[in-house]
Amino acid sequence: MASIADILAVHKDREGPLLPILHDVQKAFGHVSEDAMREIAGALNLTRAEVYGVVSFYHDFRKEAEARPVLKLCRAEACKARGVEALVPIADNQSRVKVEAVYCLGLCAVGPSAMVGDTVYARLDDAKFKMILEAM
Amino acid sequence: MTVRISDDAVAIACGADEVAAAFIAAGVAVERVSSWGMQWLEPLVDIDGVGYGPVSVDQVADIINGKVPSLGRIADHPFIATQTRLTFARAGKTRPLSLDDYYASQGWLGLAKAREMGAEATIDTVITSGLRGRGGAGFPAGIKWQTVARADGAQKYIVCNADEGDSATFADRMVMEGDPFMLIEGMAIAGFAVGANKGYVYIRSEYPHAIAKMEAAIKLSAHLVAPFVVEVRVGAGAYVCGEETSLLNSLEGKRGEVRAKPPLPALEGLFGKPTAVNNVLTLAALPWILTHGGDAYAAFGAGRSRGTMPIQIAGNVKHGGLYEVAFGITLGELVNDIGGGTASGRPVRCVQVGGPLGAYLPPAQFHLPLDYEAFAAADALVGHAGITVFDDTVDMAKMARFAMEFCAIESCGKCTPCRLGSTRGVETIDQIIAGKNVEANLALIADLSETMKFGSLCALGGFTPYPVMSAIKHFPEDFR
Repeated sequence: MASIADILAVHKDREGPLLPILHDVQKAFGHVSEDAMREIAGALNLTRAEVYGVVSFYHDFRKEAEARPVLKLCRAEACKARGVEALVPIADNQSRVKVEAVYCLGLCAVGPSAMVGDTVYARLDDAKFKMILEAM
Repeated sequence: MTVRISDDAVAIACGADEVAAAFIAAGVAVERVSSWGMQWLEPLVDIDGVGYGPVSVDQVADIINGKVPSLGRIADHPFIATQTRLTFARAGKTRPLSLDDYYASQGWLGLAKAREMGAEATIDTVITSGLRGRGGAGFPAGIKWQTVARADGAQKYIVCNADEGDSATFADRMVMEGDPFMLIEGMAIAGFAVGANKGYVYIRSEYPHAIAKMEAAIKLSAHLVAPFVVEVRVGAGAYVCGEETSLLNSLEGKRGEVRAKPPLPALEGLFGKPTAVNNVLTLAALPWILTHGGDAYAAFGAGRSRGTMPIQIAGNVKHGGLYEVAFGITLGELVNDIGGGTASGRPVRCVQVGGPLGAYLPPAQFHLPLDYEAFAAADALVGHAGITVFDDTVDMAKMARFAMEFCAIESCGKCTPCRLGSTRGVETIDQIIAGKNVEANLALIADLSETMKFGSLCALGGFTPYPVMSAIKHFPEDFR
């Protein structure tokens, strides 16, 4: 697994390297820890507060790792029009998978839709949604 | 027999990979191409131009044996035949990462033409075309570039806004996944025109397929656009970064907070340098405009809205997908004739045009032509031309509440009307839904909306009142 120092070395000569660094750290470690923020701040000559501010601003970065598998369920207007809200109780009635809201996956004519990692699902109904959750 | 199946995200989400694998297992070669944009038919299988769809894995053997009725020739399908596809001319026909396919379909001609005529003439051509920013604001693209071109500074940037976060929009995604070289060519033309040697494509992280295609296409075409260099940057789940100044902050590695304007990004943009920030569709229109001329593009359209618009028909609609047509088509034609009404078969109650910040419009407004000015006059937005269709089961008070809630979740927090107004808006609509002091609370929402509209720094707080107030205006029965 790459270390923070490895990730910093890859990006240090880029313009505006902070987001690419945070994406790589998030991907490698599942979160951006307090220690990681300290190391990144030192390398980029930023204050810890600046790095913390960026980490906390963006929905993609987590300060603590999520132990459960994550499914992103689109709750935006087009998926609402296609009935996503009826699937929410299924998500609420289980706790093994963390179901997060996402606002639009760009699959707006074939919703309700969801994403697990980079895998996308469309035309969800109760049965299909349950099957995906159970397979995770 | 040539079998073509799309590999865009919609097709894959509907099972295209499994269908393609089944054809290959049966000994049939499959070409993975861009999507035609008929999303209700995905996975759509194209066999020598004849369509089958939506196809499931268990139908594959029967299709090969000719036992499944076809949809006829795809190009003759009314959904396709009635379109004017300039930006999406290659959709369904070419392999997204094939330079051969791109060359064979007029690829790189626009860039060659620009280089031949020079930077100034290139900008003049775009001004003649009447092309306006496709991201929603509708600002004349040529004028923006003129400003960047004339700005002082050795270092200038092209920034492509591919943070397509509006619900019911997917045209940017389809360009990046289906025809990435066209976007790269468009960026190179823009870079040549304004004197920028570096371009960034800021793609939202919810689009992993688009990110992968763009990165691959940039590598394959680097030598063709040099000395212009294109780089992908990935967003991090913040809707507000679709606003151009917060996008620039995000690119710089900062919180995606909105900047006050002026200074305009055209003069002081990325890292304080002159920067042209353009939507994917604006840049993607350039190769066609340069190849065919500004007048040819301006010949399409209505009023001051020239050219074509890739319209996205989505939500509870029977025939959803990508429909590119000249400005001026009416909302009713789009929803009823082309979209075929609702997927549920129930009556259409309303549509939302222009994403989460766009107005809700009832069928009584379906005479409106798609045209920036006509929509503005009706207190509505064309925006990125996404249309979400709702049937008569929709509760408009809930949708108005969601508009405020969405603004509260996605507000960058910089300005007070947006940051606080959205949360107060949710609370006030909750009171209305609970039947408490309804008239007084509706008056409060109208007042709050005024404050947000005129007091917010950017369109997130400024336009959230559109869905809220249009829902109250057109569907008062849902609030009382």
